[in-house]
Amino acid sequence: MADTILKELTLKIWRQKDAKSKGEFKEYKVHNISTGTSFLEMLDILNEQLVEQNQEPVAFDHDCREGICGTCSLFIDGRAHGPDDDVTTCQLHMRRFKEGATITIEPWRCGAFPVIKDLIVDRKAYDKILQAGGYVSVSTGGVPDANAIPISNDNAEEAMDAAACIGCGACAATCKNSSAMLFVAAKVSQLALLPQGKVEAARRAKAMVAKMDELGFGNCTNTGACEMECPKSISIAHIARLNREFLKAKLKD
Amino acid sequence: MSNFWTSSIGKKVVMSLSGLFLISFLCVHLTLNLFLIFDNSGELFNVGANFMATNPVIKIVEPILALGFIIHIIWASVLTLQNQKARPVKYNQRNQSQNATWASRNMYILGAMVLIFLVIHLYNFWWNIKFPSLGTPLTEAVVGGVEMEDTYALVAGLFKSSIVYCLLYIAGGILVGLHITHGFWSAFQSIGFSNDIWRKRLEWLAYFFAIVFAVGFSIIPLYFLLGLGN
Amino acid sequence: MSVIDAKIPAGPLKDKWSNHKAHIGVVSPANKKKLDVIIVGTGLAGGSAAASLAELGYNVTAFCYQDSPRRAHSIAAQGGINAAKNYPNDNDSVFRLFYETIKGGDYRAREANVYRLAEVSNAIIDQCVAQGVPFAREYGGLLANRSFGGALVSRTFYARGQTGQQLLLGAYQALNRQIQAGKVKMYNRHEVLDVVVVDGKARGVIARDLVTGKIERFGAHAVVLATGGYGNVFFLSTNAMGCNGSAAWQAYKRGAMFGNPCFVQIHPTCIPVHGDQQSKLTLMSESLRNDGRVWVPKKIEDAKKLQAGTLNPNDIPDEDRDFYLERRYPAFGNLVPRDVASRAAKERCDAGFGVNNTGKAVFLDFKYAIAQLGRETIEKRYGNLFQMYEKITAVDPYNNPMMIYPAIHYSMGGLWVDYNLMTTVPGLYAIGECNFSDHGANRLGASALMQGLADGYFILPYTIGDYLAKEIQSPKVNTNSKEFDEAEKHVTDRLRRLYDIKGTKSPDHFHKELGHIMWEYIGMAREAAGLKKAIELIAALKVEFYKDLRVTGEFTAMNNELEKAARVADFIELAELMAHDALDRNESCGGHLRVESMTSEGEAKRDDEHFKYVSIWEYKGEEKAPELHKEELVFENIQLTQRSYK
Repeated sequence: MADTILKELTLKIWRQKDAKSKGEFKEYKVHNISTGTSFLEMLDILNEQLVEQNQEPVAFDHDCREGICGTCSLFIDGRAHGPDDDVTTCQLHMRRFKEGATITIEPWRCGAFPVIKDLIVDRKAYDKILQAGGYVSVSTGGVPDANAIPISNDNAEEAMDAAACIGCGACAATCKNSSAMLFVAAKVSQLALLPQGKVEAARRAKAMVAKMDELGFGNCTNTGACEMECPKSISIAHIARLNREFLKAKLKD
Repeated sequence: MSNFWTSSIGKKVVMSLSGLFLISFLCVHLTLNLFLIFDNSGELFNVGANFMATNPVIKIVEPILALGFIIHIIWASVLTLQNQKARPVKYNQRNQSQNATWASRNMYILGAMVLIFLVIHLYNFWWNIKFPSLGTPLTEAVVGGVEMEDTYALVAGLFKSSIVYCLLYIAGGILVGLHITHGFWSAFQSIGFSNDIWRKRLEWLAYFFAIVFAVGFSIIPLYFLLGLGN
Repeated sequence: MSVIDAKIPAGPLKDKWSNHKAHIGVVSPANKKKLDVIIVGTGLAGGSAAASLAELGYNVTAFCYQDSPRRAHSIAAQGGINAAKNYPNDNDSVFRLFYETIKGGDYRAREANVYRLAEVSNAIIDQCVAQGVPFAREYGGLLANRSFGGALVSRTFYARGQTGQQLLLGAYQALNRQIQAGKVKMYNRHEVLDVVVVDGKARGVIARDLVTGKIERFGAHAVVLATGGYGNVFFLSTNAMGCNGSAAWQAYKRGAMFGNPCFVQIHPTCIPVHGDQQSKLTLMSESLRNDGRVWVPKKIEDAKKLQAGTLNPNDIPDEDRDFYLERRYPAFGNLVPRDVASRAAKERCDAGFGVNNTGKAVFLDFKYAIAQLGRETIEKRYGNLFQMYEKITAVDPYNNPMMIYPAIHYSMGGLWVDYNLMTTVPGLYAIGECNFSDHGANRLGASALMQGLADGYFILPYTIGDYLAKEIQSPKVNTNSKEFDEAEKHVTDRLRRLYDIKGTKSPDHFHKELGHIMWEYIGMAREAAGLKKAIELIAALKVEFYKDLRVTGEFTAMNNELEKAARVADFIELAELMAHDALDRNESCGGHLRVESMTSEGEAKRDDEHFKYVSIWEYKGEEKAPELHKEELVFENIQLTQRSYK
């Protein structure tokens, strides 16, 4: 399919100077955007235009631009990572938009992800949750041979499904409750499925859930919106496993 | 179990268990209600109602049931409040229909509506049965030589007398059904009883129960509305 | 200056590393607590080093420009990680891995380093499994392996197409554990802009807080750079947008010499550039060449029609298709190494046979494989890649040939380091892609992950101890010294200078210009005249840059434009050095092709007699030509041969 040109698009973008300032929506127009252009490249074009007009460009998070680093975010037309399924914003292409469309672009809205500037939010909360216990407590060296413990193919595959999480924050951003359960579950589930991680599964589940609660994320009500918006399609079955692991751990306390 | 009940998952477990308990109550309730339409002499229903009113086990369960409702409501309110607080600045534009069912997103509203219905419902029947002196006194019926309150007459009377009540009760049934489309499977998910295979089964069961409750409860006023009752 | 000593231990190759470890200094646990180490970058190398050093007891301060260490670009590696486990029983060994890596690098890497890399490769897999990395497994529960280009055995461990991600998350988890334990102080969204040298030793860094724009000082007993590669000097590359060479470049200016800057790898299977609005190139895994056939039309008029969009490639009959890799390299066909495949694609496109509107693409066709193996098999093997391709291009690769074109992917060159991974500045180390050490002139697939983790988990934690053992008497570094004052002023002045130009063009504009020059003259084929021209063009661009740059926004606040401007300023200087290096190396080896050094059949010709050395460039000051030193490469254990894939 050959690329065509979108002659004009209106962008309604959240602008906010810094964490302390009040923000507001501003409207911009961009012209002659090829449908083969990625969404972020379209924002690059807008930014070049703004620099030309000696205005400050729109700040947005992005890095790898191939859907794996999890840096890009953006709530586009009411959906995390935009209207396409199973992709990050950087993989979203302009062919998903129609000529003359008005596109609303907002930062992640979540109390635990405060806005730093424009469309950039602070996702340190996710790091903190993982620091609380999202690891196997082994130091470098002195570990057994990689093939010492066989792991069933099913478990390895399911662990990999969960491990695919890129930590982008779309789950909490899209959840009507701002719950981080899918993120937390992905790590707890991955490590609980593997014999190496099982050893401290109870400790991990308790520590990570406690940290998640402390940081002000909301409570999961199983709407499943997170898995629909997750660019890596991580299933909420992992949340069930987290609930199980947590209950199991707490029953022993 | 330190901090369990205050943790987010702990609170969800409370919702789950109380919810499942209420669903089991609804099963009993619906079974009894259906006596209304299977015997339009009203005897079957009156016997059932009398059994419920006089059985000592039910006497014990009744306050527990009330507690179940109260806990379910209070915890739901706490959770909803916390969830509201978790997003201090709201989105300007949201397109949630793309990623979650309407019922799952509106459980609190559905629950609140069910609660309103419940209050009316309690006033209509429970109040009148418990405190006949304060409301409309019930007539007596004799079934198989046993003297009992004619609750059938009370129910039939209400539905036959008011189309508004009929519609209200139909709506109540549908609301309960909607609440259960999400609530049933969600309860299992919250206690960890779900995976990719069971989720489909649970969701199927949820719809099954939802339809049974919605149809089952609303068929009764409809039955009287259509003049099929005594 | 012949004082450059690679410090390669004496003795037989297989004993060098164990002997060396046995004889180097070790710091006692009590003293480790008193020693501070700064690590810049938290990818595979930096993340694993930070975690390992903190586990040992050092006080680690780590920096990354991303909002979390988990986002370092190591995450984007798809294929896998090599190790000489010999699990498949196909006669793999440490020596074979060593040999193939040296050969794949076209004999421009150090024997001792590469052998050590192969030696520790097995321990990496053990470590990662212990961390909970979900590698692919057989039904029996044991680890699965797959084969990769340039190797005769199956030694690549993988986690779907996301091996880099899983290994990085493993290192990140180890790092998180140390952050929680208080042994690592992590600074996210901080960019290190200078290295502070006190009395000839690296003693700290100057960093900019990317959120507040404040310039901050950090002192330590040793500094480790793990900042990745500089492929973004080409503007368009498979690197992340933020990848940059600034910390390494500033270290160079502080005395750390640069090794083989012109060695960059061009990957043959990327999605072609679609137009001038493009910001980034996406890699399609090398594994696709196992089943896809590469072709362009035989007739120039067909190519013209394809470029104009008036001909459907499926309508070109087989006899009018030129399967040029199979034609030129009958023995290896579509599976020739990356550099060879890239050059062949360029050759066809330069001759006018390109197949898209820009004329810069060739076909990778799965029609034949689908006919032979069935769609289902192909879907199973490459389903996710095909889906990704379709998302980006809106073309269904099951029914239409894919379009691919080479793109910059990896930099083999980097800061020169000795056997201990120390640069020419005492106390300053460089690990991972940031250093030059293990891949020679071309890197084999699945070796980058191996090197990053080898350096971070198993090499640096030993070798840095040797240096720090002599530092146990040094007190905590005082960041109020005149050296820190000078360095901070230097950084502030440099940024201020960029900010105050107030010209008319954005940093991206200059970056794109630089990219065009690089790709045109220092890209896949290089020749003296072009390189000289590039040097002139880069110099002119530099003048223009400092005259007409526009940095919007505020100086002391979050300012992406200022960040970019500083990076582009460094890229321009680095580009100049790359051109000088490419000009000096009048031979073709690995990813570096000099048009002057080709066989009569148009193949690359290495010149071991004159160029069997590592080029080491020393900074001599602003506006002064850098000085070239040479580290002669000695091959005692393998025979040098000319690579041939005919």
